[in-house]
Amino acid sequence: MSSRRNFRVWRGDRAGGEFSNYAIEVDEGMVVLDAIHRIQAEQAADLAVRWNCKAGKCGSCSVEINGKPKLSCMTRMNSFAPDATISVQPLKAFPVIKDLVSDVSWNYEQNKKIPPFKPRARGADGKHRMLQRDVDRVQEFRKCIECYLCQNVCHILRDHDKKNSFVGPRFMIRLASLEMHPLDSADRLPAIKGEFGSGLCNITRCCTEVCPEHINITDNGIIPLKERVVDRFYDPLLWLACKFFSANRRS
Amino acid sequence: MADISEIQTIEHDVVVIGAGGAGLRAAIECSERGKNTGLVCKSLLGKAHTVMAEGGMAAALANVDHRDHWKVHFRDTMRGGKFLNQWRMAELHAQQAPDRTNELEEWGAVFDRTPNGLISQRNFGGHRYPRLAHVGDRTGLEMIRTLQDYGIHQGFQVHMECTALNLLQDGGRIAGVLAYWRESGRFVIFKAKAVILATGGGGKAWRVTSNSWEYTGDGLAMAYLAGAELMDMEFVQFHPTGMVWPPSVRGTLVTEGVRGDGGVLLNKNNERFMFNYIPERFADETADSEQEANRWLEGDRSARRPPELLTRDVVARAIVAEVQAGRGSPHGGVFLDIASRRPAEFIKKKLPSMYHQFKELAEVDITSQPMEVGPTVHYFMGGIRVDAETQSSTLPGLFACGECAAGLHGANRLGGNSLSDLLVFGRLAGLGAADYVDKLKSMPQIDSDQASQGIKQATDVLNRQTGKNPYLIHEDLQEMMSKQVGIVRQEEDLKQALKELERIHKDVAEVKAHGASQYNPGWHEALDLRNLMIVAEATARACLERQESRGAHTRLDYPGERDEGVSFNVIVRKSERGMEVCREQRSAPPAELERIAHLSIEALEAEVDQEARNA
Repeated sequence: MSSRRNFRVWRGDRAGGEFSNYAIEVDEGMVVLDAIHRIQAEQAADLAVRWNCKAGKCGSCSVEINGKPKLSCMTRMNSFAPDATISVQPLKAFPVIKDLVSDVSWNYEQNKKIPPFKPRARGADGKHRMLQRDVDRVQEFRKCIECYLCQNVCHILRDHDKKNSFVGPRFMIRLASLEMHPLDSADRLPAIKGEFGSGLCNITRCCTEVCPEHINITDNGIIPLKERVVDRFYDPLLWLACKFFSANRRS
Repeated sequence: MADISEIQTIEHDVVVIGAGGAGLRAAIECSERGKNTGLVCKSLLGKAHTVMAEGGMAAALANVDHRDHWKVHFRDTMRGGKFLNQWRMAELHAQQAPDRTNELEEWGAVFDRTPNGLISQRNFGGHRYPRLAHVGDRTGLEMIRTLQDYGIHQGFQVHMECTALNLLQDGGRIAGVLAYWRESGRFVIFKAKAVILATGGGGKAWRVTSNSWEYTGDGLAMAYLAGAELMDMEFVQFHPTGMVWPPSVRGTLVTEGVRGDGGVLLNKNNERFMFNYIPERFADETADSEQEANRWLEGDRSARRPPELLTRDVVARAIVAEVQAGRGSPHGGVFLDIASRRPAEFIKKKLPSMYHQFKELAEVDITSQPMEVGPTVHYFMGGIRVDAETQSSTLPGLFACGECAAGLHGANRLGGNSLSDLLVFGRLAGLGAADYVDKLKSMPQIDSDQASQGIKQATDVLNRQTGKNPYLIHEDLQEMMSKQVGIVRQEEDLKQALKELERIHKDVAEVKAHGASQYNPGWHEALDLRNLMIVAEATARACLERQESRGAHTRLDYPGERDEGVSFNVIVRKSERGMEVCREQRSAPPAELERIAHLSIEALEAEVDQEARNA
């Protein structure tokens, strides 16, 4: 059961580009990435697209399909009307390299700034012990496949281009996965408030909506981090206590 | 010839090619040993094929069943590999896997837990006890992300979206690697004292495969062309359970964890057919009735394991036999059912990505419907021949680890032994390369002729006026290999395969990539063809040479294992006359290891128990 379908695919590079039209045969069960591959094999051999696993596990094939950020390997062709033209373009929040491939290296730079995991000592028998209920929420964050769709829709990064002040939702949940790790003993809260910019997130939940792993980024990750920052830095009683004890130490 | 003085050169002590579990672990070890290390990856960091591993990593931690011990893990591995494994590698692997698992936890991995807070372990095919440390069915993601997030602070340099083309040599030893940047299409020479290959297998030579586009046998081909030996190339694992419908996802992996957690295989008559395919070697340790198999699932330790958890070679062949006998599912597979065995909540918790994958790609709800599955090319047991202790290949300065190295798995790999393989031998390769660099007396020099020749070969593909379409050549090769070098082989087909490879070779010689060199997938595809062709030919020739059926290698014209089959490995190397294949006699196994491998499970359990009492 194949049918002829129309595509508009953005072609170009840093210097600029435009949409090109392609019509191809689409078979039952195909996803948008299959269609892109068919265009490549039959009509545009040098059409650039990034992909790896084709099973929603690696997060390489992120693009914008009809304006919505998606994994192209998990977007089925039968989710569109049979006569609809499907437009595919690269992620908007990052610079384009070529065609559908964008330069996501900024994300790798952010990750490197995050202070690494620092485990507490092992038990007397040489083993670490953690209960499943205590790791459930960390495991939710660790499902992240680094597709950067959340980074792409974050207003702070996309519309306001505040890439120097906010690490974005992906790295807020990476920070949350470290801060809530039962074995971790490092303190990242000053950095979360400072250079990572937790205060900039205004909780519109756009990141949570596009997450292909259904991670509750805002409610389970970012908001608890914001609360921890508030408790530490804006709690008046704690603030007084700190003043008092540090004054004591000085004397 | 191109002038190489214009080419960017980057110098390292050690260059690691491939950034999956093995490559990352090797790079971490080299940095730890103070070596200036570069990690070259074909994709972005964190996207390598390890990310797709689902079920878990095997290690005799004995957290779930206290009877587990490295000796039992070793025995399981040897029996699963039909005794063709390199004995010492199987020993090192079983002994060191627990330390590597704990180390991963120390670096931040969050495995699923037992009720008392230890790393939980699940059942898997061929493993006597629950042995696989896991995170739901996304263990590979946990492993690669942990290594990545730990690794970026260890001081090695990561070169992303950079494809290695050729190994460079100086007087019979490694001098570096020629590569190209995908983004710019420009060439780069990595000058290095040692190179570690961690490039995975070559499943993309077949049409139905669980492998991603990266799996084009680059490391195998580069090593072969540089004069290193390949071994055991006839052993290509067909994973029994890949998706079969819809066509666009045919081959995508369905984790063995489904069966480990209770899933059963059914034919169209709703029969649990695996009871009819229990090999004699495993009969004593396998349940012979549904009743017993069900008791095992309920946790009865006196019950034997269900036949769905036999080794992958056995299960894959059984599925093919059922389909051929006309008892298959509508789309040419069989049914895998967990819906009637486990509650929906359990399935969603333990197999979340399977639930997701079937729901989104096949519109099947696995908590209420059976899956349709069939065999898919999954893993190369064979690869670059290495020394067990150092992972050194037969070419000085060249090391290999992970799937691209041969030896640990013999004729068939057990599920879960791959992830532990990556860490155990990734580390040993790092140590081996660091030692080699320490002992090196003089810095190897880059031979500009070798480099410029490699550049010319690569650019010819772009520069010729007209030529063949690389995508269509690749499809042609995949169709041919699926047909002639499939799960069941015979001489006639294999000889036909060699003939067809000659035909395809002529097309490859005329391949043309259109467009410029910047981020050009057509050019990349054209360059991959050389490697795929070498892998395909090596596999076909090794299959012809092994005249018996053992593990993953099934010959219709030579049924059953032959006694002499365990006495040799098939070696493939480059010669002046082309590809050369020979049998190499195996040395006698260490007496103690041979004793352990052949002990009955009862005797071994008693021995391990006694050891624990004495300790």
